[in-house]
Amino acid sequence: MANDHLTFDVHKGEIFGFLGANGAGKTTAIRILCGLSSPTSGDVNVAGFDIYRETEKIKKNIGYMSQKFSLYEDLTVSENIQLYAGIYGISAKKRKEKEAELLKKLGMGEARGKLIAGLPLGWKQKLAFSVAIFHDPKIVFLDEPTGGVDPVTRRKFWDLIYEAANNGITVFVTTHYMDEAEYCDRVSIMDAGKIEALDTPAKLKEKYQASNMDEVFLQIAR
Amino acid sequence: MIFAVPLIQMLVLVFAATFDMKKIDMVVVDKDLSETSRELIAKFDAIPFYHLAFAVPDETLGEEMLLSDDADAILVIPANMERSLIRDDKARLQLLVNAIDGNTAQLIYAYSSRIIGHFNRNLVAEWKGIPEFTPPTEIKMAESYWYNTELDYKWYMAPGILAILVTIIGMFMSGMNLVREKEIGTIEQLNVTPVKKYQFIIGKLVPFWVIALFDLAFGLFIAWLVFDLPIVGSLWLLFGMAGVYLVGVLGLGLFISTITDTQQQVMFVSFFFMIVFILMGGIFTPVESMPHWAQTANLVNPISYFMRIMRNIILKGSGFIDLMEEFLSLTALGITFLSLAIWRYRKTT
Repeated sequence: MANDHLTFDVHKGEIFGFLGANGAGKTTAIRILCGLSSPTSGDVNVAGFDIYRETEKIKKNIGYMSQKFSLYEDLTVSENIQLYAGIYGISAKKRKEKEAELLKKLGMGEARGKLIAGLPLGWKQKLAFSVAIFHDPKIVFLDEPTGGVDPVTRRKFWDLIYEAANNGITVFVTTHYMDEAEYCDRVSIMDAGKIEALDTPAKLKEKYQASNMDEVFLQIAR
Repeated sequence: MIFAVPLIQMLVLVFAATFDMKKIDMVVVDKDLSETSRELIAKFDAIPFYHLAFAVPDETLGEEMLLSDDADAILVIPANMERSLIRDDKARLQLLVNAIDGNTAQLIYAYSSRIIGHFNRNLVAEWKGIPEFTPPTEIKMAESYWYNTELDYKWYMAPGILAILVTIIGMFMSGMNLVREKEIGTIEQLNVTPVKKYQFIIGKLVPFWVIALFDLAFGLFIAWLVFDLPIVGSLWLLFGMAGVYLVGVLGLGLFISTITDTQQQVMFVSFFFMIVFILMGGIFTPVESMPHWAQTANLVNPISYFMRIMRNIILKGSGFIDLMEEFLSLTALGITFLSLAIWRYRKTT
């Protein structure tokens, strides 16, 4: 069983870290929350909507960035933005404004007409995140968004996450990096399909008498 | 690719698939060596597409040539043919035909027996003193072939090959595309968006629909240019029908890709359908001459309808009313396949 009686609440505008070893059930949980998989039992509410009956309403209000890289490699930066903006029904005028603003912020103005396939991984990930929140969702789910990138790029990526949280978007993020866990408002640690711990990083460190999240994690997931 | 595939298919397949008889290699084993036998041989020799090879007067060499595919037929004239013809008023000839290709064998047999028959009548006329071209009682037939007066096989094949061409392009491209998104993972990103199932499927269908119609136009142009293919009927009608047909084919391709996970699986399943559809669709053998069960099975074979539509509009100039049955069937199949694809496409796993 990948997920066994998970119970948790995430508050609006919070950065919620979802930790666990490989195969602990993080991805399964996130897929259920995004409506990609169906749960066998239990009550799930996302952005105030019931996951069984209001799946499509949930989908209007969430963003998702998966482990696998999810922009179209054979489309340009601008075409990818156009595609997702179109799906969420954002008007062409509004899209152009936001697109210009976004590319300026990311410093990718020149890459507008370039194919995704030719961009560095760090750029792709920042762009994928920005596309995932392009339609101003209530919650964004990030499934190991920073896998395989250097610490500097990761730090910049987290700046984007903070910015999104400040704008009132709830961030639900899974990660393997314990330094990233420290950036979260609250974290939950999963092991074998169950949530073993759920609190702020500071309180978890206190409870497990650890100096950093790495030690907390090792004690739980050992 | 979009240009090259139709070009090659039209130019290579149409010639390759032709049944036209251009040349018959015949070995003559003349054991009689009489005046009559030479006259008979001269009859064959006078016909341009009979290429005669004279073998030693026994069959073995001829049979060897038949086995090694160097000969299409052997004509054996037994010894004493002339004598028994004069004495007993009858003689025997043996015609051995290489029937690896049944169609060709039938044609060779038919041609050859006509030549022999004609020779026989002349012989009778000569000996019995009746003027050559007034046989006692005979009904003469004058043939006139409609819609393809010169029986140009390429005109028959080209519309059929084109029908297959747009089918292959439509079915494979649409199927491969969707399943490719599954393989690289972009489909998940689409599945978390509020995009409706029908919007998604139609979005996947339209580009390939346009490409396939474009290829049909291109293929027709090539056929007109190279084979002088006459297009008797209305092009508007042809493309309208093709549009309806392609909705079904693309719908089937998309349906297949919703029930599979990898490109290999799509290829495998699509190939199964393609082969069955093509062979039963009537490109070589008319559906009407197939056994009853096959004709019934063809009711759900979109290619069989489209094959008829293509040939009838292009060669015969059929109008919409003439093709009403095909149109209605294709519409029904299109709605069915497309609905299946939309129904089976799952945003959740």
